[in-house]
Amino acid sequence: MYTQALNTAEADDRHLEDAAQAAHFQARIDAEERIEPNDWMPAAYRKTLTRQISQHAHSEIVGMLPEGNWITRAPTLRRKAALLAKVQDECGHGLYLYAAAETLGTSREELVDAMLAGKAKYSSIFNYPTLTWADIGTIGWLVDGAAIMNQIPLCRCSYGPYARAMIRVCKEESFHQRQGYEIMLTLCGGSDEQKAMAQDALDRWWWPVLMMFGPPDATSQHSDVSTKWKIKRFSNDELRQKFVDATVPQAQYLGLTIPDPGMTQDAEGHWRYSEIDWTEFKQVLAGNGPCNRDRVAARRKAHDDGAWVREAAAAYAAKRAHRQTAQAAE
Amino acid sequence: MPAANIQVSETPLVLYALRRADDALILGHRLSEWCGHAPMMEEDMALSNIALDLIGQARELYTYAAKTEDKDNDEDKLAYLRDVRQYRNLLLVEQPNGDFAQTLVRQFFYSAFADLYWRAMMTSRDATLAAIAAKSEKESAYHLRHASEWIIRLGDGTDESHQRAQAAIDHLWAFTGEMFAVDEGERALIHAGIAVDPGTLRSRWLTTLSDVVGEATLRLPQNDWMQQGGRSGRHSEHLGHLLSELQSMQRTFPGQTW
Repeated sequence: MYTQALNTAEADDRHLEDAAQAAHFQARIDAEERIEPNDWMPAAYRKTLTRQISQHAHSEIVGMLPEGNWITRAPTLRRKAALLAKVQDECGHGLYLYAAAETLGTSREELVDAMLAGKAKYSSIFNYPTLTWADIGTIGWLVDGAAIMNQIPLCRCSYGPYARAMIRVCKEESFHQRQGYEIMLTLCGGSDEQKAMAQDALDRWWWPVLMMFGPPDATSQHSDVSTKWKIKRFSNDELRQKFVDATVPQAQYLGLTIPDPGMTQDAEGHWRYSEIDWTEFKQVLAGNGPCNRDRVAARRKAHDDGAWVREAAAAYAAKRAHRQTAQAAE
Repeated sequence: MPAANIQVSETPLVLYALRRADDALILGHRLSEWCGHAPMMEEDMALSNIALDLIGQARELYTYAAKTEDKDNDEDKLAYLRDVRQYRNLLLVEQPNGDFAQTLVRQFFYSAFADLYWRAMMTSRDATLAAIAAKSEKESAYHLRHASEWIIRLGDGTDESHQRAQAAIDHLWAFTGEMFAVDEGERALIHAGIAVDPGTLRSRWLTTLSDVVGEATLRLPQNDWMQQGGRSGRHSEHLGHLLSELQSMQRTFPGQTW
């Protein structure tokens, strides 16, 4: 998902920590209690969450770029306002999540710098281009739909600030998803050209969206600790299957064809999809997706071009504080 | 095949609403270009928010213009199917974003005016314009506060930010005179109590500017040569490029529903 590259197999320094504290911590988790910033927690728990939450935050911020690509070209004023509001929401999610990550002791600046330096990951999905207006509908419908599937269980994550952030984020994502689906409905009820645009977008986004859930369970070695800590409550494949089952009828209602000729429905009603091309996924994670370089370059440019503005704000704040101190001394 | 551009019967009231709608849309569009590229996330949020307010104002004003005209036009036809010569916005709002200082000075000049303007328009004898004014005034007050705070931070921040802010003021100053210009049609609306005479707002606008610019340790230019033309469709070269982007979908796929 937005933290799909997460690898929780961290250096195990728990032997340094008090075994009794660790046992108490796990007992609290098992009792479904929330862990709060000032509570004792294992160093690996802190590290895992810092990485997961910051990767999620980076994804929200980088995710502004593919959709932002259409703000200036949205086809009607209503669509323009809705898209701008949506992208603004994503930025709000990013800010909110960086704040949640900061409660674990790493500053936003450090987290952002790691992303700009290419050391921290964000979701692979944002390395694909938005070529037509239908991509905006498809992202809302599928990308936000997949995000919701992953994030609803995170509302019950053991770490309090993350869980609470997810409640608000999920409400907004759910609105975005409906907005995206409504764009698709309009396109699919429109001209042949518009329907073709919708189908083309689904063809391009379907497989990358399935990859958002991360590697298959069989090859994913890092879910155990996250599960034990109740950061993760469902496996990648479980969430992927839930998503596919929810999405296939939506595509049918739109009159669109899922680009998977081998897809079948099993006796229990689950839609069984074909083998995912994990080579593509690995390539995108390795930096070789269609837009990896553009996305990071755009974020760096905004950061670098804005440096003088942030310096000015800091300089002014310092001057002001100095004047206030001087005034108080008089 | 529909005609490339719609025709608008520009009666004084239609034209009046259209000019303000164009101001709001073009400035909102410019601000929306920042989304995802601002110097800090807080400004991605703030500039998008202001853009949303302005696009909202534009939609109400276009809708009112279309209703007043009573032809077959609507907000989208007015926004997407008029060419550069039919646009009626101020030259100020179509100026490119430039650096952050240029964007904020443009916003400051405009919002300092819009805040006074919409407050005065709340007593318009035209009930729709008065209602739009009541909503827009609240928004403009916030826009002005946001821009003023930035002018002060940039002016009184670092040497570099001071220079950039001063350069932006010097560059954009010549586009401010147009806000106070009135033609014959508008003069009639002013006499009828529908429109506000912007000339009566100028001294208070200058006071706002002087206060903020003074606190920012910047200065207002002495030259009083002012560029004109936006209100009659004589724009800078920048607007055509903005419109080609804004209108690209409606121009590529004419007559479709989105």
